Amino acid sequence: MVERMVTIRNRAGMHARPAALLVKTASSFTSQIYIEKDSERVNGKSIMGVITLGATFNTQLTIIAEGPDEAKAVDAIEKLFENKFEEE
Amino acid sequence: MGQQTKDKFLVLDLLQLDLRENDALDLKCIGGRPGLIREITVTEINRPGLELGGFYENFAFQRIQIFGRGENAYLQKLAKEKRRGELSQLFTYLIPCCVFTHSLSPTEDFIAIAEKAQCPLLQTDLSSSEFTMRILRVLSTIFAPKTIIHGVLVEVFGIGVLIMGDSGVGKSESALSLIERGHRLIADDAVEIRRVSGNILMGTGAQVVSHHMEIRGLGIINITHLFGVGAIRDKKQIQLVVRLEFWDAEKNYDRIGAEEVTIDILGVHVPCVTVPIKPGRNIPVIIETAARNERLKKMGYYSAREFNRNVMNWLEGESTREIFLNEK
Repeated sequence: MVERMVTIRNRAGMHARPAALLVKTASSFTSQIYIEKDSERVNGKSIMGVITLGATFNTQLTIIAEGPDEAKAVDAIEKLFENKFEEE
Repeated sequence: MGQQTKDKFLVLDLLQLDLRENDALDLKCIGGRPGLIREITVTEINRPGLELGGFYENFAFQRIQIFGRGENAYLQKLAKEKRRGELSQLFTYLIPCCVFTHSLSPTEDFIAIAEKAQCPLLQTDLSSSEFTMRILRVLSTIFAPKTIIHGVLVEVFGIGVLIMGDSGVGKSESALSLIERGHRLIADDAVEIRRVSGNILMGTGAQVVSHHMEIRGLGIINITHLFGVGAIRDKKQIQLVVRLEFWDAEKNYDRIGAEEVTIDILGVHVPCVTVPIKPGRNIPVIIETAARNERLKKMGYYSAREFNRNVMNWLEGESTREIFLNEK
């Protein structure tokens, strides 16, 4: 299992488009992927789940991946956060 | 799968709760606003009769303090006799909030002391006993153990069915088909589950995304607008779990269904059926049938067991017949 803390850097927060991008990326891996905010954990491959977190600008999230390609998956998702989901 | 309740619940959160019908608390703040950031930590309530009388042993100050007609009359008596000094001790304790029922307004003395101590004063038009019942119900739901499960919650023939399974197995599509057949959606994708009154699992959707679904190829759709209010529900008890799986030729699926398989959610055992997905299998109809079967079981009729009993009886009859025939 790989865990990594990330912070939302795009001002608009986790709205539909970034969520879709995250889910698309997560779905390309076979590992189980979860996103955690405080004590709430949702499936990283579910758009509605990711939006439900209500993650705003500067919110800290934890990416958790478990499976054969866990390290790659976490790296790819972290990159999305670093690139501000190709916004701004 | 077992996350605990949210970190802090403030008096402000209590005021902002969206409660309707027989859960409505009708609370408004009438003083001590800075204290709205005080935290509510326990589900119980207290009526501070003894404390007003000056007895502070075992004072449950961390509870919400309810002032009814009796307490308020006593406050007025204190004010008339200019004994306001006796009240100051009450607010040396960190009380989360004081609630005045029957739309009662506390005396000015009381408000002044509460303001100074920054203790929020709330008012409701409900009677004390009604308010007590409601607040206990509301708080026990809020402090109930909670978890979020990836799945879809639908009501099928009155049974709360939680459809679970890996991403892309077709949970949302099956649910959509069920809605189209006249059943109701409670939540898609992220189902918030709370264990209330001991062993009841209540499922709801998250506020913002409730009654929306994500269907691959269509995107996000609004079920209320597309299918009408008859197609949705706000909350529902989870009574059956249907687990969708890709067909695995290696795995043995239940062929008889006489054994009760359950799944553990927040310590409650819920009946669980595993349905393998394969072309040609009409999943919504299978889920409907599972729900019907669950209703039968609740009425005490177990299809598979009854069937087996009939088979046993018949075999028994046959064997006695054989013995009888052989003797002849």
